[in-house]
Amino acid sequence: MKHLGRLAIFALLMCLLAACQPTTPEEKPLYLSYETFDDISPLFNSESDTTYIINFWATWCKPCIEEMPYFEQLHQEFAGEKVRVVLVSLDFEKDVEPRLVPFLEEKQLQSDVALLLDGKYNDWIDRVEPTWDGAIPVTLIYKGDQRRFHGKQYASYQQLADMVRTIL
Amino acid sequence: MKSSFFNVGALALLFSASFALLFQTDGLQIGDTAPDFALESIDGTTVSLASTAEAYAEKGIKVKGYIVTFTCNTCPYAQMYEDRLQELHAEMAPKGWPVVAIQPNDVQLKPDDNLPAMKKRAAEKGFTFDYLLDVEQKVYPAYGASRTPHVFLLDASRKVYYIGAIDDNPRDPDGVSERFVVNAIQAIESNQKPDPDFTKAIGCTIKANQ
Repeated sequence: MKHLGRLAIFALLMCLLAACQPTTPEEKPLYLSYETFDDISPLFNSESDTTYIINFWATWCKPCIEEMPYFEQLHQEFAGEKVRVVLVSLDFEKDVEPRLVPFLEEKQLQSDVALLLDGKYNDWIDRVEPTWDGAIPVTLIYKGDQRRFHGKQYASYQQLADMVRTIL
Repeated sequence: MKSSFFNVGALALLFSASFALLFQTDGLQIGDTAPDFALESIDGTTVSLASTAEAYAEKGIKVKGYIVTFTCNTCPYAQMYEDRLQELHAEMAPKGWPVVAIQPNDVQLKPDDNLPAMKKRAAEKGFTFDYLLDVEQKVYPAYGASRTPHVFLLDASRKVYYIGAIDDNPRDPDGVSERFVVNAIQAIESNQKPDPDFTKAIGCTIKANQ
């Protein structure tokens, strides 16, 4: 009995410490930062049955911003499927505070955002996709061994969604 | 219904795959001879590689090759390389390797890349190399340029020796460990094959009205 009481107090304490904190539950960070491609590389090599949609963009890239709503729509409309949308920002370190953070705070994106700071591009572009020349935006969609690479801006949400459905 | 959808998907895939293949084989490869061009420069003259060689010959400099660089005013990556491009020209032009810069973007889509804007930017940055406008957007596809900045290093007979980035660190001039273009020139001058002769870098897509 005494033991049970302790357990109850412990449970209450845990509740106070974790779930009952005043912050909104499941608040996701604005972005996750990666110094090198090695740090982020597991994102490109998942063997799970999740379909990954990985878009490379930057705040200064106009066509990237134009197609961003398609990825947000995808995130919503495929919510019941095993998909994960990750928007990999290639913004420069100096632009993070003045540009990237305000942009993300304003847009409140549902998709995950990663910031890749590795500027030794020639060392990692081929590791994403050998046919990628380095221009952005580009999008990689993959599940296990199945891969689709889109080397330019999407013309429409439909075009993106159709490509995702081919390897859902 | 489902199978027909998959067929459409497969067809689309085949289509995009063949497109990708087209893009890959399009443009210049190492060892190819690059075409010359005649484009308007910011100083109002028409400039070609041949006229560049003549102009340098008049100054007593024998041109050994050309650092043809597709770049623009508006792309942040191109902007990061503006000072380095000017330094490269200042360093290499007296040795017979001038920079010839070409702005490939559609100026309707990118008014800040038009000739007056190019002229203004060149004055601000103190460019001493020729800065040309690919007004009909025919030169960059012939070279296979796909982003800004994008360098094609040619010898005096316009043979392609190197394609890619200026150096290995666009973001940080102080963090550069390999000067790809300079190293390639040194290799050519000592009858070696540049290594690497092809590099990639993040850049802006060339803006065309398609």
